[in-house]
Order: sequence, then structure tokens, then C-alpha cells
Amino acid sequence: MSEFTMPSLGADMESAALVAWRVKPGDQVKRGDVIAEVETDKGVIEIEVFEDGVVDQLLVQPGHDRLPVGAVLAMIRSNGAPAPPKVEPVPAAVEKKPEDAPPVEAPAQPAPVSEKRIRVSPLARKLAAELGVDLSTVQGTGAHGAVERADVERAAEAKKAAEKAPAPPVAVAAPPAPPVPAAAPTTAPLPAKPDSQAAMRRAIAAAMARSNREIPHYYLQTRIDMSRALKWLEEENLKRPLKQRLLLAVVLLKAVARALIEVPELNGYWVNDHHEPQEAIHIGFAISLRQGGLIAPAIHNVDLLSLDELMEAMHDLIARTRSGGLRGSEMTDGTITVTNLGDMGVETVYGVIYPPQVALVGFGKVVEQPWAENGMLGIRPVLTATLAADHRATDGRRGGQFLDILARNLQEVEKL
Amino acid sequence: MNEVQIKEVIFKALKRIAPEADPEGLPPGKNVREALDIDSYDFLMFLVGLNEELGVDVPEADYGKLITMDDIVGYMSARVADKA
Repeated sequence: MSEFTMPSLGADMESAALVAWRVKPGDQVKRGDVIAEVETDKGVIEIEVFEDGVVDQLLVQPGHDRLPVGAVLAMIRSNGAPAPPKVEPVPAAVEKKPEDAPPVEAPAQPAPVSEKRIRVSPLARKLAAELGVDLSTVQGTGAHGAVERADVERAAEAKKAAEKAPAPPVAVAAPPAPPVPAAAPTTAPLPAKPDSQAAMRRAIAAAMARSNREIPHYYLQTRIDMSRALKWLEEENLKRPLKQRLLLAVVLLKAVARALIEVPELNGYWVNDHHEPQEAIHIGFAISLRQGGLIAPAIHNVDLLSLDELMEAMHDLIARTRSGGLRGSEMTDGTITVTNLGDMGVETVYGVIYPPQVALVGFGKVVEQPWAENGMLGIRPVLTATLAADHRATDGRRGGQFLDILARNLQEVEKL
Repeated sequence: MNEVQIKEVIFKALKRIAPEADPEGLPPGKNVREALDIDSYDFLMFLVGLNEELGVDVPEADYGKLITMDDIVGYMSARVADKA
């Protein structure tokens, strides 16, 4: 039996409301099935189950109440396991002061959870041993209920408090408290935006503040001659009906994915004080929303997609971003983010990394610029590519190699 | 199809992309993509929409000819007339 908890759909998510169940008790579920819809600050997201089994109980009814990340939503019985005693869900209300940022969430680990095993980060395990905390009593708040350092610390505090005062033992380590709204500014504000927009703004604020607080960014930039790439794209699109035309953005994504194969250190996460490069290349593609705000769902396995498949994936992703219907895995799986501000006339993007990722690639507008090559001065369409990278994970030299390879890939787009 | 009808089709296609916008109210000389915040993806979708309604296929090389509302209406009217 395992708990199906409110997943963290990104570093900037603290809570969400359950909108609907797609399953009922007794239903058979397979890993990857969408079993519920939740409303986050970034819209309605379909969330998936990460193991095979049978839905045992639905512990929460759909409603408007916000449930914190880690709150238990349902119990899933592993196939073949006997029906166990009922489990009381941990109440959502918490008294713990939210003085620190939510712990670094581990990225979605699609490995199935075996029945008794508790997901624990190595650091948390070590700490639990030192502090004498029984891990089976700790409520994990990491991805898919993983127990992390902060959870162990909270449990240790609760244990200490319980030992001091002989009060009845409290349910240990509640999930993180919903954020307390910041004190209102004293200046007269502009007319308030709708709640959903304000909420998204707060979510972005939390993630970006955490990024700048925790991640020692370094920035590199390079100018790339785009004449060959644009010529190729124009010729290619001439052969295609409107609907099948490729956008430059697709070419850029593929070039990034290819470069990441050669510099894999930039593709992955920094979690619990260590670097976890990922093999799969899932590029979070920043899509700005017309009503304001930003969302960066992941396109999976970009390195394995042809340009046509990538274009199709982008159509699909943008449509679902605007209409609702993004998957939880798309929200959490990004191993790097690409942001393309070229449409706005921006030349250079200095990105803020989306934690726990370790890099962000920015593209500006293609502009004609003087270009010296082989002793000759000419005019070329030039794209400025930037890399914002986490200096804990990589150094400037590797970052520089990445941009070099990216520039080279864009000279040979027919090979992408 | 006359120019008024073509304009209707263009407005409709723009509204599909930018539901909050008021394309009818745009000054005729204004840069449409800038005014309505239409990125290259949305622009492609706009052209796909026009293609479905008007049967006009705009080659990439002509994108630069579609800046203002007057440009777009003029371009589409000429192409629709060519096809007739």
C-alpha cells in the first residue's frame, strides 16, 4: 500500500486544489496513468500515478481548498497486496512556520515505489541516523513523498518538543505550510489582477527568488552566424505547406539537445548538495501566456525527435498550455530550460535557472550585424545565444564548450 | 469575396489567437504583430487560419509584406482576386 500524494509540479509549486478524480476505488491503474486533475497556479494539470496497482481509497474530495504538496490524496494498493487498515490522511493545516523555502525537490523519479520502501534522500537517511529519527514516521515532502533533509529536521524538532513536554505525540512532520501572503506594500497598488494571475506571479516569484538565493549563476554568451541555418530553413519551408512549416525555435531546440549529448553535465539537476546529470533530454520550453506569466513545460526526449516531430510536439504543447491539459510529468521533467525571446526584439537573454535544473539557454532575436571572417567584413544574420549555468554543477570551460558545439550545430542544421 | 468579407476573416483569425484584443480598433498603419503581441508561433497559426478560410498560401519570403492591417488586407485581397 502506498500513498498517492499531491505531487510537486515544479520548484515554484506549494499547493494545489483537487479538481477531479479520473478513477474510483477498485480501479486498476498503471504507472503513468492520469488519475486526477489539480488546479495549480499555472492552470489545471493532469497528474499521473507512478506505480501499478489498485486504487484503494480516495481520501480527498474535489473542491476549492488548496492542499499542500505532499498531502495524501489517495491510497494505492500494490497488485496482490491485501487490503490494509485505513490510514488517516495527515491534516493539511500545519503550525510550522514557513520561514524557509521549500526543500529542494527531487525531480520526478518514475521508478515504481515498492510497497514498504520509503523514498529517502541519502542525506536525509544519514541525518535521520544521527538524530535518531525513525524514518517510517516521517512525512516526506519531496517529489512523490520522498523524505528529504528538511523533513527529517522537522521530525527531529517535533520529537524534541514532544520529549520536552509530555503532551500526547503529535502527528509527525506535517507537509510544508501554505505560504503566508507577504505583507501588503504601503504604497497605493495598481488595480488588483485576478487571483489566478496573482497566484502565478507568486509562484514565479518563489521559484526565481530561490534560484537567485541558492544558485551561483555564471553567464556566457556567443554570437552565432545564422545565414546557413536560415537559408536551409527557408528552402525547407518553401517545400512545405503552411501547416507543416518549421519554426526557427524548433531548430534551436534540436541544436541544444544535440549539444547536450556532448556536454551532459548541463542537463540535469542539483539536488541535496550534489549534481545529478540526466540521460534523457527533456527541454523545458518557456511559453509566455497571453494573460501574463510564464510556463515551461517539458518536451520529452528532444534529442530523439526529428524536426517534424519536434514541431508537432511544440504545437501540441502550446495548445495544451493554453487550453489546460498539461501533464504533471511535463511540469516536472524538464532537465534544462530554453527561453527564446527573439520575437520581442530582445538581443540577449540573461536567464534565471529554474531549480533544481542547472542551466538555462537563452536565445535573442536574429539581427543583421557586421561579421568579420577570413579577413573579410560582411553583414550576417546573427543570433546571440546565452548560457546561464549553475557554478556548483559546472565550470565556465564546460559551459563554453557547450556554446561552441551549439554554434557548430547551427552551421549544419541539415544534420539535426 | 470582397474586401469587407476578407477583413472579417482576418479579424476573426486574429481574435482566435488574441481573444482579448480588438483588431477592429487597430489604426490601419500600426504593426499588427507588435500591437497584439503575436509571436512567430502565433503568426504561423494566424496564416494557417487565413489559409483555411481564404486558400491563400503565404511563402515565408512574403512575411515582411504583412506588417500593418492595410498590408494584410491588401495582400490577401490581391491573392484572393488572383485565384478567382
